[in-house]
Amino acid sequence: MSTEGVIYRVAGPVVTATGISPKMYDVVHVGKEHLMGEVIKIVGDYSIIQVYEDTSGIKPGEPVTNTGLPLVAELGPGLLTSVYDGIQRPLPVLRDKMGDYIFRGVSAPGLDREKKWDFNPTVKKGDEVTAGQVIGTVKEGSTLHKIMAPPSLKKGKVDSISSGKFTVEDVIAKIDGQPVQMMQKWPVRIPRPVSEKYQPVIPLITGLRVLDTMFPLAKGGAAAIPGAFGTGKTVTQQSLAKYSDAEIVVYIGCGERGNEMTEVLTEFPELVDPKTGESLMNRTVLIANTSNMPVAAREASVYTGMTIAEYFRDMGYDVSLMADSTSRWAEAMREISSRLEEMPGEEGYPAYLAGRLSEFYERAARAKSLGGDAGSVSVIGAVSPPGGDLSEPVTQNTLRIVRVFWALDTKLRERRHFPTINWLTSYSMYDKQLSGWYKKNVAEDFPALRGWAMQILQKEAELQDVVQMVGSDSLPDEQKITLEVAKLIREIYLQQNAYHPVDAYCPIDRQYKMLSLIKKYSDLADKALAAGVQVDKIAYLPARQRFNQAKYEEKVDEELAAVDADFDSQFAGLGV
Amino acid sequence: MAKTKSTAKVSKEYKTISQIAGPLVFVKKTEPVGYQEMVNVRLSDGSTKRGQVLDSSEDLVVVQIFEGTSGIDREASVRFLGDTMKMPVSKDMLGRVLTGSGEPLDGGARIVPEKELDIVGAAINPWARDSPADFIQTGISTIDGMNTLVRGQKLPIFSASGLPHNEIALQIARQAKVLGENNEFAVVFIAMGITNEEKQMFMSEFERTGALKNAVVFLNLADDPAVERIVTPRLGLTTAEYMAFELGMQVLVIMTDVTNYCEALRQVGAAREEVPGRRGYPGYMYTDLAQLYERAGRIKGKKGSITQIPILSMPGDDITHPIPDLSGYITEGQIVLSRDLHRNGIYPPVNVSSSLSRLMNSGIGKGKTRDDHKAVSDQLYASYAEGKDFRGLVAIVGKDSLSAKDRKLLDFADLFEDRVVRQGIDEDRSIENTLDIAWEIFKELDVDQLTRIDRKYLEAYLGK
Repeated sequence: MSTEGVIYRVAGPVVTATGISPKMYDVVHVGKEHLMGEVIKIVGDYSIIQVYEDTSGIKPGEPVTNTGLPLVAELGPGLLTSVYDGIQRPLPVLRDKMGDYIFRGVSAPGLDREKKWDFNPTVKKGDEVTAGQVIGTVKEGSTLHKIMAPPSLKKGKVDSISSGKFTVEDVIAKIDGQPVQMMQKWPVRIPRPVSEKYQPVIPLITGLRVLDTMFPLAKGGAAAIPGAFGTGKTVTQQSLAKYSDAEIVVYIGCGERGNEMTEVLTEFPELVDPKTGESLMNRTVLIANTSNMPVAAREASVYTGMTIAEYFRDMGYDVSLMADSTSRWAEAMREISSRLEEMPGEEGYPAYLAGRLSEFYERAARAKSLGGDAGSVSVIGAVSPPGGDLSEPVTQNTLRIVRVFWALDTKLRERRHFPTINWLTSYSMYDKQLSGWYKKNVAEDFPALRGWAMQILQKEAELQDVVQMVGSDSLPDEQKITLEVAKLIREIYLQQNAYHPVDAYCPIDRQYKMLSLIKKYSDLADKALAAGVQVDKIAYLPARQRFNQAKYEEKVDEELAAVDADFDSQFAGLGV
Repeated sequence: MAKTKSTAKVSKEYKTISQIAGPLVFVKKTEPVGYQEMVNVRLSDGSTKRGQVLDSSEDLVVVQIFEGTSGIDREASVRFLGDTMKMPVSKDMLGRVLTGSGEPLDGGARIVPEKELDIVGAAINPWARDSPADFIQTGISTIDGMNTLVRGQKLPIFSASGLPHNEIALQIARQAKVLGENNEFAVVFIAMGITNEEKQMFMSEFERTGALKNAVVFLNLADDPAVERIVTPRLGLTTAEYMAFELGMQVLVIMTDVTNYCEALRQVGAAREEVPGRRGYPGYMYTDLAQLYERAGRIKGKKGSITQIPILSMPGDDITHPIPDLSGYITEGQIVLSRDLHRNGIYPPVNVSSSLSRLMNSGIGKGKTRDDHKAVSDQLYASYAEGKDFRGLVAIVGKDSLSAKDRKLLDFADLFEDRVVRQGIDEDRSIENTLDIAWEIFKELDVDQLTRIDRKYLEAYLGK
């Protein structure tokens, strides 16, 4: 078995080497500059390697070294607040080492080797521990970072364990004769094991009305956000990263814009997490592999992110993972596949596209870890369909797996209806499973109220077809009122301003209050109509103007109560 | 001018061409050759052509020839230059006109380089980027008011054949300024496959307005080799990076026409017998375009910036065509031109409904433009969209069947196109002027129709 070989051929990010006998997905170092790569195909004596860095100037005949190990993520204290590229190199460290641009051939470990962490053991000498069991904790910001026994451990007695300040590489304990460090390494392409997967029954509360009420995602579930460019995928993803009630957020910028990542990097540290009062960055891990960074690293970035998310899940945290965008990931696969001259499937994508996508989304789960803690990874994947055409392979293969579909709509964008989530085409298959939670934690009639609102919107869509033909004047009065109520739902409830200090986050009880108010207006309007009041008087009720503005007021809850009172008095004025 | 560093050792010449196909030459049995290394090919008549290595193995090297392979036979000798492509750059480049491969075209002397830079720019570390936040006033209402451009942004113009995108690009180049600052400003103009007539128009404009002295012009014309077109924007952007991040200038890069660039990419891909993606364009077109567009931006601690305005023509006015589609996914918004507005004699025919600037929010508001800017813009969008909807309805049922309020919206749409969108080709509107025009036409609506505007702005600006 030789670990040293030479380059035979270079074609873009794909390099062929001879003389090494690697296993599939072994990490190799290529050329004099030791570029990092991964073996993706073996043909006889030829090993085909995807290289994570630019290969310009690399020549046949240069050396290749096999490390014999797969691509791993380093897991341990120091992950939170980090900003990595697709192969877990910290971007701030890269900047210190090589300046404002990313050149090649520079390695940097994922976790800081120097920094000391205060380790507090939770087991003592002589205790019996199993794989994945928590053996101690480290305070990382306000998060309790649990140190777990390595998953490779069968079962064993603690020979020794010490408390105090340690680096991630220091030996903190000996279990069954094995030295244990705080840092674990885990191959990114392999899911971390769990002892049991649960049914998802708790919603991920996001503060976005259209999502929480209409199309909720369960903790441990997976959602797809497809939309043409400019429909607000990134804004939605960022809102979710900011406001969802996950304890840890992993945000993967996969093949997207550099300036967008900068926006996240400047905004997140300034935003405050309502639960801890600390900077949002303290619960976040960012992975930024922008569109002009090497494609092979882009391909790896989603796995790196997922492995980090699973690691926190194993500590018993609710983690949400945003991947923006999975289409860029699929394109990276396509690019590499075409360099390998593989037989293409649909639209040039490799035939294994569907398999890779489902493997990835299946890693989302609510589960009991080996150590016995219940945690979850919820995945929200943005999809960027070419030309907004949802019949393309990445969207279609994604929709076959995920159970929540948030369809972004160009038409809504054109009229500046944000978020642009189309209420007629989107769906959540978790609504039934979650209704128990909503009944218990929000209000008994919440699911019914939601059903009512959806019905009104559906009716509106049907009526709009008629209105397009003959104008709204020719509709009967009840239908005119239906249109007015639908308008309230759309403009007040579904529209939400992601940049407005008050409106950006709407707590779930306020969502209930707002929707109940709309229902109240609808009921009173029906009564008024029955009592012979003119439609115009109902439609131009002065309180509606106030209702429109209420969600932007600083004292929004008082304002909503005032609108409620106004409805009573003003309808009473109409004789109801 | 783009050339390689002379290497000390004399490199060997090979006469082992085994195959010539399209722009590609296949050379057998060479010493190890680097991927993307530069190549000189000497023809039997003594002339030379240049190329670049696309695929290098121990047995065979594939070379892509920039000037096309006509005249090359199997007797031609191939020399590998030992280095990747470099662009010599210097401050003296301002005011120069160069070919698509960087040779002087204005009869001037060769440029004495201060530095030679790799033309495939490395990616800016996202950690090193500074977020774009400075408002650039273009003097065009539909851009400044509703699709604001900020420094460091890449905002393309999606046009189509027969529309005045060149005029708009020139108007922006002429009028663009950052308010309240007096920075060194430069324009890098990159022409890819434009016609000779278009070139004349641009050049005479540059000379008329004196803009040339602050500009570097790269011209790859329609009859220049397609392969050269792939190099041209990289040379231009390398120059722009040098001026922005080493000389500290505010650089505006105008690239036209990206569609021609993509056609060249497809042509070369086909010659390499690659598996094509959508509509025959290479599967890596997204990454390739990103390597151009992502070179816009700002860097922490550096004074300069690169703002890009790429122009592309949508084949068949189709915004879902791969070229505008992939561009739209990379750039931070788009300015879309409309044939309908153009037919109605409105200049600039900007279709605001499908246009967008993603970085607008970071460049507007109090202290940057005006406190009411966002609200005004939202209201214009919403009311214009509603008004336009009624146009379709009126065509069927007539204006009389609309309620009084709806009729006001219908009229508003016309007013908007006439007052806000339409402006003169030399009319340089300040942002206050743009916002004031908007408030004037808001007076034609009822107050309760202005739902997107906070009460405090209504009180401050609507004053009837």
